[in-house]
Amino acid sequence: MINHSRHLLSLTLLATVLLYACRKGDKIVPPVITPVTPPTPNAAVTGFYLLNEGNMGSNKATLDYFDYTTGVYHKNIYATINPNVVKELGDVGNDVQIYGSKLYAVINVSNKVEVMDAATTKRIKQIDILNCRYVVFANGKAYVSSYAGPVQIDVNAPIGFVAEVDTATLEVTRKVTVGFQPEEMAVVNGKLYVANSGGYRVPNYDSTVSVIDLNTFKEIKKINVGINLHRLKADAYGDIYVSSRGDYRNVPSSLYRIDTKTDQVVQHFGVPISDIWISGDTAYVYGSEFSYNTNSFQITYNMLNVRTETVLNKNFITDGSEAQIKMPYAVAVNPVTKEILVGDAKDYVSPGKLLCFSNSGQLKWSVITGDIPGHIVFVPVKK
Amino acid sequence: MYFKELLSSLTKGCLHVMLVATAITASAQQKDSVTSKDLKEVAVSAPRVAKEVVPGQKLQGEELKRLGGNSVADALRFFAGVQMKDYGGIGGLKTVDVRSMGTTQTGVFYDGIQLGNAQNGTVDLGKFSLDNMEEISLYNGQRSNIFQSAKDFASASAIYLTTIKPKFAEGEKTHFRTTVKTGSFGLFNPSFLWQQKVSKHITANLSGEWVNATGRYKFRYEKEKGYDTTAIRKNGDINAYRLEGGLNGQLQGGEWSAKGYFYKSEMGIPGFVVNNVFGHVDRQWDRDYFFQASFRKDITAKYSMLLNTKYANYFNRFDQPDTALLMIDNRYYQQEYYFSSANQYVINKWWNVALSGDFQWNRMRSFDKTGNQLSEPIRYTTLVAAATSLSFNRVSAQLSMLGTFVNEDNRINMPAPSKKEFTPAVYISWQPSPSPDFKLRGFYKRIFRMPTFNDLYYQEIGVATLKPEFATQYDAGFTWYKQTQNSTVKEFGLDVDAYYSEVTDKIVAQPTSNPERWQMFNLGFVKSKGVDVKAKAAFEVWSDLRLSTKLVYSYQRAQDFSDPADTYYKNQIVYIPIHSGTFILAADYKLWQLNFSQIYTGERYNAKANIPDNYEQPWYTSDIGLSRIIPLKKWTFKATAMVNNLLDQHYDVVRSFPMPGRNYKVILTINI
Repeated sequence: MINHSRHLLSLTLLATVLLYACRKGDKIVPPVITPVTPPTPNAAVTGFYLLNEGNMGSNKATLDYFDYTTGVYHKNIYATINPNVVKELGDVGNDVQIYGSKLYAVINVSNKVEVMDAATTKRIKQIDILNCRYVVFANGKAYVSSYAGPVQIDVNAPIGFVAEVDTATLEVTRKVTVGFQPEEMAVVNGKLYVANSGGYRVPNYDSTVSVIDLNTFKEIKKINVGINLHRLKADAYGDIYVSSRGDYRNVPSSLYRIDTKTDQVVQHFGVPISDIWISGDTAYVYGSEFSYNTNSFQITYNMLNVRTETVLNKNFITDGSEAQIKMPYAVAVNPVTKEILVGDAKDYVSPGKLLCFSNSGQLKWSVITGDIPGHIVFVPVKK
Repeated sequence: MYFKELLSSLTKGCLHVMLVATAITASAQQKDSVTSKDLKEVAVSAPRVAKEVVPGQKLQGEELKRLGGNSVADALRFFAGVQMKDYGGIGGLKTVDVRSMGTTQTGVFYDGIQLGNAQNGTVDLGKFSLDNMEEISLYNGQRSNIFQSAKDFASASAIYLTTIKPKFAEGEKTHFRTTVKTGSFGLFNPSFLWQQKVSKHITANLSGEWVNATGRYKFRYEKEKGYDTTAIRKNGDINAYRLEGGLNGQLQGGEWSAKGYFYKSEMGIPGFVVNNVFGHVDRQWDRDYFFQASFRKDITAKYSMLLNTKYANYFNRFDQPDTALLMIDNRYYQQEYYFSSANQYVINKWWNVALSGDFQWNRMRSFDKTGNQLSEPIRYTTLVAAATSLSFNRVSAQLSMLGTFVNEDNRINMPAPSKKEFTPAVYISWQPSPSPDFKLRGFYKRIFRMPTFNDLYYQEIGVATLKPEFATQYDAGFTWYKQTQNSTVKEFGLDVDAYYSEVTDKIVAQPTSNPERWQMFNLGFVKSKGVDVKAKAAFEVWSDLRLSTKLVYSYQRAQDFSDPADTYYKNQIVYIPIHSGTFILAADYKLWQLNFSQIYTGERYNAKANIPDNYEQPWYTSDIGLSRIIPLKKWTFKATAMVNNLLDQHYDVVRSFPMPGRNYKVILTINI
C-alpha cells in the first residue's frame, strides 16, 4: 500500500516533468520566402522594403523585403536578422525611409526610430522618441514628427513636436514645437512643412501646416488648410500637396495644394484621399472613405497631374483587379519602372496583401504580407 | 505502445502524459477495504420537484477551498469546455469563454440572480472572491430546471456562484471564521465570515475582505537562439474592499433571503508588453453595490412561486493619464432594476408547467475627461419564459420557450431599434437500464446575446443598428457513475459530452478606414464541434489516506466560417486551443491535506490567421498546496502553504500580457 502511494506520487511527478519537457522552445518566426516574379538581374532599383504596421498592442510590426534582382519576396525578415533585439521590431510601424546607407523605421507605439543598415537590415541603433509618426531628411539631418510634446492645459492634450536627428551620430540635436498631433512632413527650400492633425482633440481638430525654418529651427508660420491633416508631399515644382482626413462624418477627405513661394493654399481638390504618392508629374491617389452616417466604405482610385495641377479622374488600375483589394492602405511607384505597388490591409488583424501593377495598370503579381502593409521605401539606385 | 502512439497522435504531443498518468494511477489502486468518508454536498432546501435533467459541473465546499485561488476565476479554470481569458496578475481582467461561443455569451448568477453588465456584457470573475463561496457550477445551455426566472433561460451557458449559507448544528448560535492570505505579488488579503442564528427560522451572515497587493511579478520572454529578457510586471497594484451580508429565512414550504453586496477597488492596469514598452500608467476605479432579495414558497399543493428582485449600481472610472498619448479619463455610471416572478404548477406526477416573467431596466451614463456626456442609453428588457417538464421513470424532458423584448432610449445618440426574439430549448435525459449508474442526455438550445451598450453606442465605435448575436447548440452525452464497497476505488465517475454549436451574426470589432478607429460589425460566423470529458475517482489507500482525482479534457474545434474569400477561412478561432485539460489530485492523511493540480492549454493562435506569426505556445501550470489542520480546544486552525506554477513556466494567455512564473502563498484560517 505504501508502494501504491509512492507509485502515485512518482507518477504525478513524472507526468509533470514530462509535460514540461513537451513544450518546445519559443522560436523566432522565420521569414516566408516566396518567388513572385521572374528575376530582373540588372534592375536599377534593386528592391524595396515594406513596413507592416501590425495592430496596436500585438507587437506585430514587421519588415518585408522584395528583391527585384531575384524576383523573390521575403516576408518578416527583421526578427531573424536581429534575433537579440528584445521583442523584435515592435508595435505599430508607421513610416519607413532610406537616407544614405541607412534604413529608418518609425515604430509608433514602441516610441522609437529603428535605424538599420539598408543593405543588410542589421540594427545600428534605436532612437527613442515618444509617440513618433513620420520621418523626412535634409542636409544630413532626419526630422521626426511626434505627438508627444508638452500638454496644453486648456485643451488637455499634448502639442506635437519635430525632433531633429543627426544622421551621423543618430542623436537628437534639436526639437521644435509644432501643431497638435503632427503627421507627414516635407522639406522645400530650407523649410520644413508639417501637417498637423489634432486627432487627439476630436472634434476640435487642428487644421494647420506648420512651416519651420531649418536654420533657426523655429516655427515661422502656420498655414490654415483644412481639418485633420495627414499626408504631405512635395512635387518638383515647389508645391506641397497636403491631405485632410475630414471628420469621417460630414466633412469628407480632400486634397489641398500649397505654393511654397507664398506659403498659401492655392488650390483645393475635392478628391477622396487616404494616401498619395508623387512620381514625376503624376500623383497616385486612393481614398478609402468610411462614413459613420452610412456605416459603409467608399473606395476610390485616382490620379493627378502635378505639372498641370489637374485631377485626371482616372484609375491607375486598369484591368479591374481593384475588386480584389479590400482595404487599400499603401501606394508606391517604382521611380524607374513606374510599376505601382498597392498594399491591401484587409481587416487589419490578418495578413495583408501586396499587389504589383505594371505602369499601364495591369496586375503583375501579388503576395501575402504581414498585418497592415502600410509603408514602402525603394532601395535607391546605386550611383 | 500502440495505445500510447494512438493517444499521442490524438493529442499531438502533450496531453497524453496526463491521461496515461491518471489511468495508471487508477489501476495502481486496487486493494484495501475501509469505508470511504462520504464527501456529500450540503443538503439545501430544494424546491419541490426541481430536478435537473442534465447536471451541471460543480465545485463545492472543501474542494473549492483546497484549490486556494484568489477569485472564482481560478476555480472556473478547472471546468470542462472553459477557457479563461486572463490578462494576468491579481487585478487582471478574467473573463470566461464557454465552448468557444465567446465571453459575452456566458451569464453569471450570484446567489441566484444574474450579475449584469450592460456596458460590455462580460463579468470580470477576478473580482469575485472564493472566500465565502459555497459552490460554483456551470451549465451548458441553461440550468435544466423549469422553476426559475426567465433570465436563467437567457444565456448560452450559465455560471452560478453560490455563497455560503449559514447552517447551525443543535445548540450553535454563532460561527466566525477569519482568514489571512499572503505571499507573492505583495499580497495581503485578510477576510472574515460571520454567521449568526437570529431566531429559529432566520439566520444572518456577514462577510468582508480586503485585498491589497503590489501586483509585481517577474516575467520572462525568451526566444530560441535569440533574446532572453526578464522584467518586473509593474502597475498591477490593487486595493479592494468587499463587504456583503444578508438574512436568510425558512418558511413553511419555502424560503427567503435578502442580501447586500458592496465592492470598491482601485487598481493599476499593467497593459501590454511590447518592444520598448514594458510599463503603463493606466488606472481603474470600481465601486459596485447591489441589493437583492428572493422569495420562494409552495402556495398550494400544486402551485409554487418564486420572486426575485435586485437593484444594482456600478461606477467605473478609467484613467489613461499618459501625457504622450491620447489622454482619457472616462466615468461610467450604471444602474439596474430587476424584478422576476416564476411560477410552477404541478399538473400530475409526471407533468409540470412553469411560466416566468422578468423585467429589467438598465441605464448607463458616461462622461469624458472634460465632463462631456458621451452617451446615456436606457434599456427596457422584458423576458417571458414558458416551460414544461415531463418526468417518467427513466426518461425526463424539459422544453422551454423564451421571449425577449428589448426597447431602448438614448438621450445623446440614436437609440437602437426595438428587438423581439423567441428562442427555444429542449433537454432530454434517458436511463437505459434499471441501474441509475448510467444515463444518456442531450439538449438543443438557441439563444442570443444583445449587443452591449459599448457595441451600440461607444463613442465613435458603436453602431446602433447591430443585430443580436445568436448561438445555437446541440449536445449529447452520458454519465457513468459508480460507487463501490470493499475496494480501494471508492467511487468512479465518467461524463462525456459531444457538442456542435454555431454562432451567427457574431459581433466583432474591426477598424475602419483608419486602424485607430474601430467599429462593430455583425460579421462573424463560427462553427464549433467539441468533446468534454470529465473523469473522477476516489480512493482509500489505507485507513487514513484518502485520495481523490479529477481529470478534465476538452477538445474544441472552433472554426471561422465567416467568408470563404478570407485566407483564414476555416481556421481555428482566436485563443481557443484544440486540446486543453486539467487534473486535480487531493490527498487527505489524518490532519494533513495535499492538493496538486495541473492545467494544460494547448497551442492557440492570437489572431484569425493560423500562421506562425500568430502562434501562442501551449502552457501548463502545476500548483501544489499542503495544509495542516490544528484543532485547539473550541477553535480550529488551518495553515496552508502553496506553490503555484511550480515549474516556473513563463507564458501568455493573451498575447503581450505575461503571466506570473512560480509564486507562493500562505493561508491561515481560524474557525471559532
